[in-house]
Amino acid sequence: MVPLSYYLILSVIVFFIGAFSFLTRRNLIMMFLSIEIMLNAVNISLVALSHYMQDIRGQILALFVIALAGGAVAVGLIILVLAYRNRKTLKLEDFNLLREE
Amino acid sequence: MVKIIFVYFAILIIASALAAITRKNLVYSLFWILLMFIHLGGLYLLLNAEFLAMVQLIVYAGAILVMFLFVIFLLNLKEEIKEAVFLHKWSSRLYGILFLLFFAFLGVWSFKNNFKGIYSIELIEKEGHTKVLGTVLFNEYLFPFLILGFILLVPLLGVGIVALRRKTNGTT
Repeated sequence: MVPLSYYLILSVIVFFIGAFSFLTRRNLIMMFLSIEIMLNAVNISLVALSHYMQDIRGQILALFVIALAGGAVAVGLIILVLAYRNRKTLKLEDFNLLREE
Repeated sequence: MVKIIFVYFAILIIASALAAITRKNLVYSLFWILLMFIHLGGLYLLLNAEFLAMVQLIVYAGAILVMFLFVIFLLNLKEEIKEAVFLHKWSSRLYGILFLLFFAFLGVWSFKNNFKGIYSIELIEKEGHTKVLGTVLFNEYLFPFLILGFILLVPLLGVGIVALRRKTNGTT
């Protein structure tokens, strides 16, 4: 039997890999992918807590997270395609339309 | 035996996540993330959540990553150019990570599990995981489920609007 803390520590490590990638990569698609990594890390801890506390509601929350991630990715990729159509790039430093020069 | 399987899944998840965030080509990192998602499904199987494992494989590995792949192939991206990024010194990155990990592990280790629900393993094995999940979902969480369906409708309309928009002279 694997203790609960192993799952939580795995979740923390994967979450910080995603957060590190989100902060350091400057490509918009890579930032979306790191958001996906972070959501999956949260899902690990939700399902593990649901299993060890013998309550099914955590898994329902994980199901909601998966569905919302699908919607969020769809909206984000629409915005990304439109931004690429206008700017011909996906680097984050080039999206400064609202900044005062 | 279970511990060996868990260690295998954990090592592969961490290694493939690290490999994914360090690739420069986006397609390679996408395939590493695909490997990570498949092993996450295996981890859910280890936690007796077989319906969630199948949803993970179908929705994440099947739908979301294919959507990313289509966008990457559509946009004809060059390789990412490395410039000065946020926290570009490795020492400051290391200190930041250690600082955050300290608080996270503090939270993990001080967690006390003194709550037991009614959905034990025996009940889930007797009833079937999908049936238990569906019963709770459609009894207690019916209204959030409906809102979730509405939230999933909005990106559909957004995709339609973006795809159908033509170049006109200022009029939609």
